[in-house]
Amino acid sequence: MSKKSFRQAINEALRQEMRRDPRVILMGEDVAGGQGGSADNPDAWGGVLGVTKGLYTEFGAERVFDTPISEASYIGAAAGAAATGLRPVAELMFVDFIGSCLDQVMNQAAKFRYMFGGKARTPLVIRAMYGAGFSAAAQHSQALYPLFTHIPGLKVVIPSSPYEAKGLLIEAIRDDDPVIFLENKVMYDDEEDVPDDSYTIPFGEANLTREGDDVTIVAFGRMVNFANQAADRLEKEGITCTVIDPRTTSPLDTGTILDCVAETGRLVIVDESSPRCNMATDVAALVAEEAFDALKAPIRRVTPPHTPVPFASVLENLYMPDPARIEAAVKSVMGYKAKQEA
Amino acid sequence: MQIPREVLLRSYRAMRTIRDFEERLHVEFATGEIPGFVHLYCGEEASGVGVCSHLKDTDTIASTHRGHGHCIAKGVGVDGMMAEIYGRSTGVCRGKGGSMHIADLSLGMLGANGIVGGGPPLICGAALSHKVLKDGGVAVAFYGDGASNEGTTLESLNLASVWNLPAVFVVEDNGYGEATASSYACAGTQKDRAAGFGIPYFECDGTDFFAVHETAGEAIAHARAGKGPAMVHVHLSRWYGHFEGDAMTYRANGEVAKERAEQDCLKKFREKVTEISLLDSASLDEIDASVRDEIEQAVIKAKAAPLPEPEALMQDVYVSY
Ligand SMILES: Cc1ncc(C[n+]2csc(CCOP(=O)(O)OP(=O)(O)O)c2C)c(N)n1
Ligand SMILES: [Mg+2]
Repeated sequence: MSKKSFRQAINEALRQEMRRDPRVILMGEDVAGGQGGSADNPDAWGGVLGVTKGLYTEFGAERVFDTPISEASYIGAAAGAAATGLRPVAELMFVDFIGSCLDQVMNQAAKFRYMFGGKARTPLVIRAMYGAGFSAAAQHSQALYPLFTHIPGLKVVIPSSPYEAKGLLIEAIRDDDPVIFLENKVMYDDEEDVPDDSYTIPFGEANLTREGDDVTIVAFGRMVNFANQAADRLEKEGITCTVIDPRTTSPLDTGTILDCVAETGRLVIVDESSPRCNMATDVAALVAEEAFDALKAPIRRVTPPHTPVPFASVLENLYMPDPARIEAAVKSVMGYKAKQEA
Repeated sequence: MQIPREVLLRSYRAMRTIRDFEERLHVEFATGEIPGFVHLYCGEEASGVGVCSHLKDTDTIASTHRGHGHCIAKGVGVDGMMAEIYGRSTGVCRGKGGSMHIADLSLGMLGANGIVGGGPPLICGAALSHKVLKDGGVAVAFYGDGASNEGTTLESLNLASVWNLPAVFVVEDNGYGEATASSYACAGTQKDRAAGFGIPYFECDGTDFFAVHETAGEAIAHARAGKGPAMVHVHLSRWYGHFEGDAMTYRANGEVAKERAEQDCLKKFREKVTEISLLDSASLDEIDASVRDEIEQAVIKAKAAPLPEPEALMQDVYVSY
């Protein structure tokens, strides 16, 4: 066990799985970086933010492939390779670039198994960065996990910390279905204790980062940290929260969510993605349908507004959910109870 | 071909403006005051300016993530650009787009673009508008060697050819897409790619304004005359990292210094025009001084400009709100 950053945890997961299984290969734009460059330094970048640094040096050109800027072809190639014996981990860089290759994910990889009557296995992992907070503007800041969650056949993972990232990525690589693995770009330098040995975290099993009596908060990815910060502050005022990190949006651990809501009777959902048809609406529908009787207050969603991500920091800060807004949402559902009882 | 004095002066001014704008951003970015990603066009000025010297406001261009030079070459004002990059409400996009999304449709500037390969299909559409509306306009897609490998780019070459569009595809080949060399990533040649789609191919040294001006002039005239699309392959070098913060560990030591010393489009321009007495040094010096002042003022104004109001967050999602 030692302190590792989110970046290091992901790198270590890839490295350990590549050592363990020769069928695991890596591809993407500048996952090594420097191919053909005048400096003769073929591991110059290790990904645009250095996450795959050193993997080319260890595993070489046989297993680490820099790609041309041709997402439709290399993401599709990863799907095809997965269906024919390899276990590719393809890096899409920014998840926003899915626009350039969605067919290969949505109509190809996701559907092979079902369309082919259960005869295909597509052990593909697509890693990509998501999220606002970098002033990277409308085309480099989206949180598109609902888009993938919507597509049957894909599994979708959103790790909320370095520990989570390592275990979930190893699980993703060993999984026989196509997995979209989304890394929040502002979390790469977050650190925590992460075991040195390899370990897996199963999909579809939510993690309770804390348990409380009053309100259940379901949060995704980076929002788990915000929810914990809000819960810390609320606790000082005597309001205790259960915070659920579902870890994967597909499969979704509906059981844990329903159990917690049954106990607290109040639900706040924190989702960094655009508010229409996102995870917050999905979880709200689930609870409204399955746990209606348990609810003591209306469900509250904390999300950005229905706008593209703005560039200017002042606007981006307004756009993003934050601990203060989560706190306010929790207080509002608590307040609703007070009104009812009065 | 004799280039009118006024075009020469205007072009030199545009190249100098781009250079100073970018060099200044390089310095300002390092202070941490500029948010987001910034990709500099230094070293490539003669390409954007040489091409745009043939264009009117009614012609259209689409640019890339490395878009500041194309914007300036197409006439977008530096005050509005600088303010945009600083995320101010006085920016050309009201602070909502930033460096990668500077656009001014009133000047035929369809936007820088955060998506590699985003521009070429849009330029097919702009060319279609020019053709259907019979306004005599041409549409020009600037894109990099890296972007030349996007499916969208290759499909656009085909579409432009099939529809016989007044479109010009300008491949700005600076040898790299991020940290990967085009020698690794581009199979075949741009020339053969053009030929494969039946598109006339032109190429030139992108550090020589006169070469770009002449070559692009032919390609644009071809498109404007209704003869269909053309490709211009411009050979270039970029002087800074892919984005600010990139240490360029994939390029040989001294490579960029050598290019700066030997292939500086501004130096070459000055040498040529003064040697054959097209322009005198004094008028170029005057431009240099005036641009220096203009950029200084742009930075001062941008820093002093107001931030966007909170209401701006919810505005312009649609035409109606
Ligand atoms: C669809 C898409 N893929 C990848 C990227 C990331 N990216 C931004 S610029 C760039 C390199 C582009 O190279 P090139 O087209 O040669 O332009 P240059 O940067 O050299 O001007 C890459 C890979 C992107 N923005 N969009
Ligand atoms: Mg390039």
